[in-house]
Amino acid sequence: MSRDISRRKFLERSAIGAAMAVLPLTLVKVAFGEKEAAGKKTGVEKSAKPDFTFAYISDAHIQQIEGNKFVRNWDQGLKRAVAEANLLVPKPDFVMFGGDLGQLGKKAELDHGAEIMSACKYKTRYVMGEHDYYLDMGAYWEKLFGRQYYSFDHKGVHFVVLNSVLTYDKWINKWPSAEERMNQMAGLDNPNGSPFMVGEAQMKWLRQDLAKLDKNTPVIVFSHSPLQKIYKGWNFWTEEAEQIQALLKPFNKVNVIYGHVHQIQYNQIGTISFNAVMATAWPWPYPQSYAQAKSSLPVLTVPMNRADPFFERDATGWQFIDVYSGKVAANYILPDNQNRTVRYNEKTGQPEDMKYQDKRTIAQDHY
Amino acid sequence: MIKKTTVIISLLLLVCGYLKADTFTKEDAARWQKEFDAAVKYGRQLWENSATFKLGTNQVACAQCHPNAANTHPETYPKFQKQLGRVVGLDEMVNWCIINPLEGKALALDSKEMVAILSYIHWERRGIKLAPGKH
Repeated sequence: MSRDISRRKFLERSAIGAAMAVLPLTLVKVAFGEKEAAGKKTGVEKSAKPDFTFAYISDAHIQQIEGNKFVRNWDQGLKRAVAEANLLVPKPDFVMFGGDLGQLGKKAELDHGAEIMSACKYKTRYVMGEHDYYLDMGAYWEKLFGRQYYSFDHKGVHFVVLNSVLTYDKWINKWPSAEERMNQMAGLDNPNGSPFMVGEAQMKWLRQDLAKLDKNTPVIVFSHSPLQKIYKGWNFWTEEAEQIQALLKPFNKVNVIYGHVHQIQYNQIGTISFNAVMATAWPWPYPQSYAQAKSSLPVLTVPMNRADPFFERDATGWQFIDVYSGKVAANYILPDNQNRTVRYNEKTGQPEDMKYQDKRTIAQDHY
Repeated sequence: MIKKTTVIISLLLLVCGYLKADTFTKEDAARWQKEFDAAVKYGRQLWENSATFKLGTNQVACAQCHPNAANTHPETYPKFQKQLGRVVGLDEMVNWCIINPLEGKALALDSKEMVAILSYIHWERRGIKLAPGKH
């Protein structure tokens, strides 16, 4: 895309700027050594490393109707998140896309999604989602975005990107066509689905990738599915969650950021903080809303307000993530819903909502 | 379908003062259950494959936002729907979703499809206490 901003684009952006207060987005700040906190601790590295932020956009579910027609609602969600992320001050260091760019993994969908994402002014990296994967087992996605799992370092933080949406070969090979396989996996509540997993080869890679790190290095892991077991019926789940947690446990500062669930979730397990991010497409019910099955939403999580379907973008969003002291604050930008900030609390040692942790509201009651 | 002869016999019994409260056999109950289950099954198909059944015009399915029909709160209807400013039944909300996110045409409230969708929604919510009007 040209760097020149056409008049139309400019007008669009101005309009978006005016609407900024009602947008869905998650910004993540990674902060290092808040000075006081660092001063009080002994043996902890001094605050030489700068705080920084990155934006996290996820679950766009770009859906083809036919030809060059796509579902307008989902397109708008992604366009809005990209436009808003471009307006962030201070500028994020990079953008992560958390998976499920397309709905049925079609080239047309991934291309269209990539085109919308190309308006991002920042370095952008991608996580694989099941909706991107099960048509051609990630082949076209790889061509567009690169490796399915990888790691990188940024300002003293080690970032790991996993493909956590793999599953059993037996399930993969049981369908008569690639399209049928994709359709089956695309249904969240499909009883014929199959649980997500990382798989042996990737576990081995992860073990090796982490082995070379100092245990004080802050680690941030991105996965599409939660690396904790919340509700298997909707794949709010990764088969090897416990093994992955065991690999991350020795590190003093670990954050796992995941998509897939289309809702605010957060948790603390040992040294590992978990944050889920919003979808730009549509919100999902909290699993306790399904009366016929048991689920385990982390008790720490204060749910977001119930969505109002009459506001198309309500309870969708994106986030900017603030990384401080190697821990994460996730700022959820939610048009038509209450913006939220879930920040690691050094005193309690867990992520907490800055406003609602101890005073939930009636609108946050999901049933 | 009630047979004509049944109606006539019932009327005769009524006239004679012999009409008993309705009674039915296990077989009747099983058949009625089967009829309901079929409605639920059809409702699930509409829910999951909304585009195939042409509920909407844009490929979007009910199940995309409402896995297992969750977040539909059938037990709370009828209720005051703040966005519409009046008390409505669940069927009106089903049509709202068909018209808006699915970009389709409203179903007749007594259509086989609407009844199937309502059957499916309620079935997924079975066991939950009625709470009409609840928010």
